[in-house]
Amino acid sequence: MTPLLKLLLRALIKGPVTEAAPDKQDVKALADQIDGKAMAKLGRSLVVRAVDAGSCNGCELEIHALCNPLYDIERFGIHFAASPRHADLLLVTGPVARNMAEALRRTYDATPAPKFVVAMGDCAIDGGCFKGGYATLDGVDKVVPVDMRVPGCPPKPNDILKALLALMDKVSGKS
Amino acid sequence: MSETNYLLRLLKDFPLVENHSPWARRVIDFEAWQNIIELLAVSDWDFLGLWAERQPMDAEKFQVHMSLRDAENSTVVVVTLPLDGLSYPAISGARPGAARLERSIADLYGLVALGAEDMRPWLDHGRWPVNHPMAEAEPRDIIPYGYDFLTAESDQALHQIPVGPVHAGIIEPGHFRFHANGEAVVRLEERLGYVHKGIERLMEGREPLEAAKLAGRVSGDSTVAHAIAFARACEAAVGIEAPPRAVWLRAVMAEIERVANHLGDFGAVCNDAAYAIMLSHAMTLKEKVLRASEAAFGHRLMMDRVIPGGVAHDLTKEGLAHLKAMLREVRKGFERLAQLYDDTPSLLDRTVGTGITMASLVHRFGAGGVVARAAGRAIDARKSPGYAPYGELDFDVPIEIDGDVHCRLMIREAEIRESLALIERFADGLPSGQLIRPLPIRAGEGMSLVEGFRGEIMTWVRLDDQGLVARCFPRDPSWFQWPLLEACIEGNIVADFPLCNKSFNCSYSGADL
Repeated sequence: MTPLLKLLLRALIKGPVTEAAPDKQDVKALADQIDGKAMAKLGRSLVVRAVDAGSCNGCELEIHALCNPLYDIERFGIHFAASPRHADLLLVTGPVARNMAEALRRTYDATPAPKFVVAMGDCAIDGGCFKGGYATLDGVDKVVPVDMRVPGCPPKPNDILKALLALMDKVSGKS
Repeated sequence: MSETNYLLRLLKDFPLVENHSPWARRVIDFEAWQNIIELLAVSDWDFLGLWAERQPMDAEKFQVHMSLRDAENSTVVVVTLPLDGLSYPAISGARPGAARLERSIADLYGLVALGAEDMRPWLDHGRWPVNHPMAEAEPRDIIPYGYDFLTAESDQALHQIPVGPVHAGIIEPGHFRFHANGEAVVRLEERLGYVHKGIERLMEGREPLEAAKLAGRVSGDSTVAHAIAFARACEAAVGIEAPPRAVWLRAVMAEIERVANHLGDFGAVCNDAAYAIMLSHAMTLKEKVLRASEAAFGHRLMMDRVIPGGVAHDLTKEGLAHLKAMLREVRKGFERLAQLYDDTPSLLDRTVGTGITMASLVHRFGAGGVVARAAGRAIDARKSPGYAPYGELDFDVPIEIDGDVHCRLMIREAEIRESLALIERFADGLPSGQLIRPLPIRAGEGMSLVEGFRGEIMTWVRLDDQGLVARCFPRDPSWFQWPLLEACIEGNIVADFPLCNKSFNCSYSGADL
């Protein structure tokens, strides 16, 4: 049997490695963070454009992890898009390096409304350990409006997942 | 007499600086600096780094440091040229890997590399509110600079493809400018600096423990390796060594980090050849590694676990059991993937012969890590100059010679196996005892070379007499690997760029600082 067939057979016998969805209570608590004005309904899908605005790349590793089969983010209807023009949400990491501020602003402008911004990680929230430098702006909200903040350095995949689910529930009027 | 000895002989008349450890630093003059550059054009010495600082005795003036290593016997030396004015002779003519470092020094300090071919700003995009932030930092109006990309000429019709800074995938930002003739890439030029956070400036005046957090975020995927490099440099500066248990725990973490990143890269390269099943399986294994790291050390990426003087987290019996279970699972799972790779001709068709880096360029640019070892350059800081606890163990440094995407995958494959074995040996042989030895408050200068998953990290630190960081220069391996990516893509098709790029996996943040 070829290695590929072996792998496929194992998956068939052992079943998927994907884990259970996060606890509903946790998600609801996060959903309450978001401003009550339910904007347009997104239905059960959310298209995300990740923007690194100066992170150390630790956050990117955890966003990648979200896409692995254990978290399998696509089963929730969440999909990462290559273009901001296809996105409902910008997931922004980094303290916003001044060299990236214009690119972030232009990415935001290219995203069709209604749109949401999640500041992911301690440095995206207020600059974190890079706060006060000449080269950073100390937070995503200095450049674009932020709807939700996910603390952590970096936040764990489940924390990011909960935040995205909460946001989706909120704007689709579920909570 | 070999030119190696000639360089050492040239240096031996110049004064040694006290309190610089573990290697010698010598203060030289203008003429000697120029002689060294001439020697570097022909000698086997490795160029390790170039950085500037204010003169400790006269803050109005500056000095530039260059570190070199004799490839034959791993002698490392730092030479310092004190400057009266604002310029120094460029090194990039002899060692092109220095070019971006020279341009960065010009941006941060306003010091000009005389004779350098490329004087365009690098880190400074005209978007900071100050000029020369590491020197006088004069306020200025923010007027973003344009950038004169290099051109390509041909009697064929060429077109340009601009990519970035915001890329299509979930990756760091940077700009790539392709000149292409139909599908074939004629020239690639990188413009980086987008994620410059001013880390070097932020480190100044901080306690080593605080600055270590920044060192651990120079490049998040190499957080352990950068933290070890910073810690070792600080420890060298004050003349202590971390306790044996801490040294061994650091090595456990460093090898875990190597395995995790190599697994991710192995899957991602295959994914860029449209072989998604490999990414799924490799990322599942990587997740197991990260979860074991969290169980054993309390953080998935093990950030802030390595601190100057030791480590901040012990490995308990339960933690060790988690690690062992992970090792068993990953070892078995990875062999399945390695077999799958070997057995998939359509995948090999994409990787073999694609993105070849020439050994001669790898040497000239002084590149290390996977990129170098895939092109025949057998260099690994764990072996040369070597550091504890690796000296006590026998392990292999894999080498390939063809320098293509396939070879870079083969190096990662071999290193995953080697590191899994190392983790087991380190974990089994852990000495007991203290986790930390506090740094005495004293002035000193220290340097370290540490092998991260990407390659060799060089960190240099000056502590002042209050024990605070006066200057720190963490040189990520990416500095010398990025330019090789530009070279290796030439003649390949545009569609193979993601494959080549991922097989290098250089850090944007690490080189932008």
